[in-house]
Amino acid sequence: MTVLTLTDMSVKRGACPVIENVSLTLHPGECVGLLGPNGAGKTTLMRAALGLLAHDGTSSLAQMTSMERARACAWLPQAREIAWPVSVEKLVRLGRLPHSGTKAEDAAAVAGALAQMGLQAYAQRTATQLSGGEQARVLIARALAQDTPMMMADEPIAGLDPAAQIATMRVFSDLAASGRTVLTSLHDLGLAARHCTRVIMLYQGGIVADGPPAEVMTPENLAQVFGILAHYEMTDRGPVFQTLDILE
Amino acid sequence: MKLTALLISLCLVLFVTSLVTGTTPVSVWHSFASLFATDGSPMSVVMQQIRLPRALLAVMIGASLGVSGAAMQGYLRNPLAEPGLIGVSAAAGLGAVLALQTGLAAAFALALPLSALLAALIAVAMILSLAGPGGAALTLILAGIAISALASAFTSLVLNLSPNPFAAAEIVFWMLGSLADRSFAHVWLALPFMAVGWVLLGSLGRGLDALTLGEDAAAAMGVRLTRLRLALVIGTAACVGAGTAVAGSIGFVGLVVPHVLRPFVGGQPSRLLWASALGGAAMVLAADIAVRVALPDRDLKLGVLMALVGAPLFLHLIYKTRGTLQ
Repeated sequence: MTVLTLTDMSVKRGACPVIENVSLTLHPGECVGLLGPNGAGKTTLMRAALGLLAHDGTSSLAQMTSMERARACAWLPQAREIAWPVSVEKLVRLGRLPHSGTKAEDAAAVAGALAQMGLQAYAQRTATQLSGGEQARVLIARALAQDTPMMMADEPIAGLDPAAQIATMRVFSDLAASGRTVLTSLHDLGLAARHCTRVIMLYQGGIVADGPPAEVMTPENLAQVFGILAHYEMTDRGPVFQTLDILE
Repeated sequence: MKLTALLISLCLVLFVTSLVTGTTPVSVWHSFASLFATDGSPMSVVMQQIRLPRALLAVMIGASLGVSGAAMQGYLRNPLAEPGLIGVSAAAGLGAVLALQTGLAAAFALALPLSALLAALIAVAMILSLAGPGGAALTLILAGIAISALASAFTSLVLNLSPNPFAAAEIVFWMLGSLADRSFAHVWLALPFMAVGWVLLGSLGRGLDALTLGEDAAAAMGVRLTRLRLALVIGTAACVGAGTAVAGSIGFVGLVVPHVLRPFVGGQPSRLLWASALGGAAMVLAADIAVRVALPDRDLKLGVLMALVGAPLFLHLIYKTRGTLQ
């Protein structure tokens, strides 16, 4: 069974290719980290996979009707936009828009999402008055409330404090452990190494490596894709990854 | 729900007040009796053919401006947006001015509003072709500003070339906006357009709520943005175009009303739509009563009073919220 299949996906911006011939299959139970330097095409790949961008090739999500897709995959964009001073609870409830469930189901999903992100105490606060990191957590809770088999997130943990970063990655790996699929772009390679079951390394619009973190985050790949030197070690407290230097 | 009940009662009280306000000195009770009288007495004519359509138009135009202002602010995610932004009111104004200038308005009664509606339609067609089907919100605003500027330029040209000061004065006075001396013909002309507009804009609630999270997130939640924008533009144009056609340009309602009511609906765009419709109706009714009470013999124009009251109110709001706006 697959959750997302991309076949020969290409996206052009003008004449310049941003994504070229990417094929990829995601399965239930995978927490996939999408790694790559700025401008590698991470966001473009995810938006095209959702059908939000014009593309060549096929994406199983983009072929669905917009409502089917909204019930199949939750999307957490990089821009953290909260336009109006609504309460946290109301904002998270927006994730229920694609569903035509009962009030009780919606309330349960909203309460569950707030609990997962540790936001119960914030439910009645005004979302726009929270700090940036808190807003980011509220928006993740909104995507969780959408209660979809798949979640796609664009740099969801950027700007969060260390505890919140770990907690968020745990929420994602728990989702995967419960049989769902998470695809998230990340710049924190250490957290990717510890929490992702699979990482995909994207460079100049193409996939360079795809597999378990230990097999993908090799010195050669890191040098080629990020131009960095790093230390990777399997310890009795899990994998430890530390960036060391820029390669000249 | 408490807010809805409050706004509905406010509208009802103001509607009744509007019906019994006027230069003819008769008792409230007699006014009401005349409203339903079939004897053709002068007072029944006043009530049935002057004051009733006037009050109805105030409700219709206020609701139209309120709901389209709320929809426009919701779509653009900007509390400074207002229905005039897409250029339709300026275009409708130009249509009306052309009807006055060419003498068409004097030739038959509904020439002016019909000409205004036609100009509004042309403006919508131009907006939609300029902004394209899939463009961003910014393209829509820019197209609206361009069309607004063009329509205003032509209006100025007409004024500039106007043959005598009386013609110019007539145009200027019309542009100030008023509900005086309107008839049921105006109500029936505007109502179908406004009804279409209300239905279109009223259907946008879910999409506007989702847009709280930005266009990308909304699209991924199943909102079809192209369709939403089409409904928004056509709905706003129908509402504002018809309103301008029968009453001239009345500003500030679409800007101030959603702004005032937003805190009372918890910021939720879908709830703001209907609250703003009621709030807009109440505001225009109140203003139209005020122009008759304040200077009964000077024909104070509705648009003038609205700006006189609306601008300081807006300033007060900005003063109050300046600390919380980012």
